[in-house]
Amino acid sequence: MKRLAARLLQNEQAGLLLALVLLCVVISFLNPVFFTALNIKNVLRDASLVAIAGIGMVMVILLGEIDLSVGSTQAVAGIVAVAALNSSESVVVALMAALACGAVIGLLNGLLITKAKINSLIATLGTMAILRGGAMVGTQAVSIQGKVESFVDIGTGYWGPVPIPVLLVFALFALFYYALHHMTFGRYIYAMGGNVEAARLSGLAVDRTKIFVFIIAGVLAALSAFILASRLNSGQPNAGLGFELQVIAAVILGGISLTGGIGTLSGAFIGILILTVLSNGLVLLNVSSFYHDIARGVVIILAVYLDTRRKESLLRRMLGSAQ
Amino acid sequence: MNSKPIIELSGIHKRFPGVYALQDVDFAVNAGQVHALVGENGAGKSTLIKIIAGAYGFDAGTYKIGGEQAHISGPSESIAKGVVVVYQELELVASLSVAENIFFGRLPERLGRVQWRQLYAQAAELLAAVGLDIDPQKKVGYLGIAAQHLVEIARALSHDARLIVMDEPTSALSPQEIERLLKLIEELKQRGVGIVYVSHKLDEVLRIADEITVLRDGQRVVCTNAKGLDEQQLVTLMVGRDIEGSFAAREAKLGNSVLEVDGVSSLAVRDISFTVRAGEIVGFSGLMGAGRTELARALMGVDRRLSGQVRVGGVPLPPSSPVAARRLGLGLVPEDRRESGIFPRRSVCENASIAALENLSTLGRIRAHAERKAVDAWVERLAVRTPNIDQEIAKLSGGNQQKVLLARWLLVANLKVLIVDEPTRGIDVGAKSEIYSLLGELAQGGLGIVVLSSEMAEILGLCDSIHVLRAGRMVASYSREQATAESLLTSALPASSTPNDRI
Repeated sequence: MKRLAARLLQNEQAGLLLALVLLCVVISFLNPVFFTALNIKNVLRDASLVAIAGIGMVMVILLGEIDLSVGSTQAVAGIVAVAALNSSESVVVALMAALACGAVIGLLNGLLITKAKINSLIATLGTMAILRGGAMVGTQAVSIQGKVESFVDIGTGYWGPVPIPVLLVFALFALFYYALHHMTFGRYIYAMGGNVEAARLSGLAVDRTKIFVFIIAGVLAALSAFILASRLNSGQPNAGLGFELQVIAAVILGGISLTGGIGTLSGAFIGILILTVLSNGLVLLNVSSFYHDIARGVVIILAVYLDTRRKESLLRRMLGSAQ
Repeated sequence: MNSKPIIELSGIHKRFPGVYALQDVDFAVNAGQVHALVGENGAGKSTLIKIIAGAYGFDAGTYKIGGEQAHISGPSESIAKGVVVVYQELELVASLSVAENIFFGRLPERLGRVQWRQLYAQAAELLAAVGLDIDPQKKVGYLGIAAQHLVEIARALSHDARLIVMDEPTSALSPQEIERLLKLIEELKQRGVGIVYVSHKLDEVLRIADEITVLRDGQRVVCTNAKGLDEQQLVTLMVGRDIEGSFAAREAKLGNSVLEVDGVSSLAVRDISFTVRAGEIVGFSGLMGAGRTELARALMGVDRRLSGQVRVGGVPLPPSSPVAARRLGLGLVPEDRRESGIFPRRSVCENASIAALENLSTLGRIRAHAERKAVDAWVERLAVRTPNIDQEIAKLSGGNQQKVLLARWLLVANLKVLIVDEPTRGIDVGAKSEIYSLLGELAQGGLGIVVLSSEMAEILGLCDSIHVLRAGRMVASYSREQATAESLLTSALPASSTPNDRI
């Protein structure tokens, strides 16, 4: 038993998966409602917003960078989507406008980081504030309602038994899993995150790849904004407050290392599920929402602590009897 | 004069995973004796030093200090016993004064207040002992390397050192500074301090050593009186064979010029011009800091070229685009593998294929089978010792990592010119000669090769033509026939022999 636990501790993904299963078992034991089709659908739909933006965040952090602007992007792109919807009365135009908005934000972040050589933490902290302020200014701090009925179907609709946002997550996961593990794009990301100097000396297009990744992260954040706006049938200037931290916390819990180059998309998804199940469970158990943040904070610190311990023991074994 | 050993190690064994670093090594130093420790890179010198310093434990054997069994579990304990190591990378704090550095962690104090006057007086005494005439209040960062070395030695003396280990103390010093250090060692010797002198510079070793221990592949080859040895004999002992044997005779068949460098300047190098023809190995020699690595980076476009032109296969390169350089067939194997060569957490396969992925993919999708086949072929051809190509590269030895980095460029289909910066740094003797013969074969096959190296033997043995760098400029060029170790060194040294007042 002890050895099994030790093995699981070493295989990060298995350990995370075990934690997720345990969490589900404990919660459904305490409240059987958890394990009903309706609730599972709810959990997955809740997870989908974080998951969509999380795919972009995974790639950004794999590069050894960070993107704090995804929360503000959610506000701006949501407002842009609803504004475009109301003036064109076309859901497709609204989607295109939101995605274009996300791409522009990502391009701006990427240029600031590669060309102006501003640390990504600072650059995106800046764009985060600018975008949030812009959303407030642009709407006079009042949310705008959508005026096209079919708009709501995207966020709340189903394809068979599966919520549409969840379906979208599955498709995006498959696409980006393939890109990260079977395409040159993914190789370059892992290489740059592992040793950016070596990547440059090997003649890789370091700056271009970085900008591209930030654009994708912006587009994905805008897609999550579009879904949120559709669910709420409105664009809200204070949407996505603190969303960036939620996303970053979840993917780090999933084993994406802030030093870059380490972690997998599947691990990150397990991390996202753990945090979503946790808050869902706390709701089901009637725990006051003030405690949710506390619980989330404790879980993240604990997970990263265990991860550090694991890496240390790994390192010790690699160095063998050096000491 | 005094034959009581200060330290005495016998039958030391030390293993690291995959490496038997030291096998049954004996080593002893008497008071007032200079005992030199020589051997090629990877022979086990650093491991032995670290065991003496207490930074490493050992698997078997005994270690006595002053005749008593030493139970050392960390460097501070060996320092307390008077055994001090001055490492090649100095451990001084640049922003603190000389005096504070000497008494780092042991500042004289009363009731928590530092007794500055006492500190400076004590420091001045020690500085006088090492013959360094500077103000103890001066910040260490303002001192030259030589002076910093002397400060380290003063610090060693402040610990009442009975034994000082000096690891490559002269590698960054000018000839005048070396003289001064050797004189100091002589004085320390008179005072009964034992010295362990680790150096690649065999002339110095032969000048000052009483005893010489030669290590090779983790074993002690010989411990002998230094008298009556000459450099050639010492080299033979270190290498285990004649050094000439490493370099196969090669008939250079030169083709068209593949690399033309015309008046290139960057922030670190000035006005460099040379050409490399297909099948030619062109060498750059020079002292530390002469600009070898900087030249390589400027050619590749990693550092922006401010003026001049580089043409690969006749096509001019943009001034700062490693991507364009790679696409046109220029490759660079950097000096510092760990810092700028390998992707430590990725596999051998991914490390090898990264520069060639454009050829191994269709519309961005990697053709996994083609990739593995191509990597496998080079791994086999270069005899990379790895269980399989999915092994993490950080787990390979330095020599095998270097081979993977060579494979990285050899996989690039249209490679025309390969720049190799310090091809054999930190690599064991066996892998070294493999890399030499490989470079020879590659040139034979029509590749143009640029070798930048501080190892004279390497440059002389490998290259068809040789340029010498000094302070970022090309100061001399030789053909293979003209070049000798003496001529290269003479060109590399500062032109005037006026005393250098860096201190």
